[in-house]
Amino acid sequence: MSAAIIVWSVTAAQLILALAMALAAFRVAYGPRAQDRVLALDAVYMCAMLSLICFGIRTGTDIYFEAALIIAVLGFVSTVALAKFLMRGEVIE
Amino acid sequence: MSGLDEFPVWAAVVIAILVLAGALLTLIGAFGLLRLKTYYERIHAPTLGTSFGTLFIVAASIIFFSISQGRPLFHEILVFIFITVTTPVTLMLLARAALFRDQAEGKEVPGAARLNETISRDGD
Repeated sequence: MSAAIIVWSVTAAQLILALAMALAAFRVAYGPRAQDRVLALDAVYMCAMLSLICFGIRTGTDIYFEAALIIAVLGFVSTVALAKFLMRGEVIE
Repeated sequence: MSGLDEFPVWAAVVIAILVLAGALLTLIGAFGLLRLKTYYERIHAPTLGTSFGTLFIVAASIIFFSISQGRPLFHEILVFIFITVTTPVTLMLLARAALFRDQAEGKEVPGAARLNETISRDGD
C-alpha cells in the first residue's frame, strides 16, 4: 500500500518536473535574448536537481543526493559566470 | 523497492503530498517563465521552483530517509540551504546584466525614470 503510494506519487512528480524542464528548454531554444536563455538554463538545472532527488526517493539510495548537490553547486557557478559574461563581455577580468 | 511495504501509510501520504506539491510549484514557475511578457517579469517566475519547490521535495526526501534508515537524517537540508542562499545572488546578477544591456541599447527599462531622478539628485 505505502510502497504503491510512494512509487506512483514520485513517478508523477518526475513527469511533472520533466514537463517543467521541457517548458524551460523551450525558453532556452526560443528565448528572444541571451539573458532569457541564461535564466531558462537556470530553471532547467533546477528541475534536473529536483528530479534527481525524486529519483533518490524512488530507488531508496543516498547517492542521488550527492549528485543533486553537485548539480546545485555547479549550476550556481555556471549561471554566475554567464551573467558576468553578459555584463562585461568576459568572465575573468 | 523491497521493504517499503512496512513503511507507515501516514508517512507515505505525507511524502506523496510534499513531492507532488513541490513538483507542481516548479511546473507553475516554468509555465510563468514561458508565458510572462517582459524579461523583468519572467525573472520572478522560476523562484517558485527554487524556494518552495525545493523546500517541499527536500522535506519529502528527509522524511523518507529518516524513516527508512530508522534515524534522523538531515543532510538533504544542505541542498535547500545552498539553493536558498545562491538564487538571489544569481538572479540579481542576471537582472543587472539585463538592465545594463537594455540601457546600453537605449531600450525602455522599468524604473528608469526613478533611477535617473536618483542619479541627478545625488549629483546636486
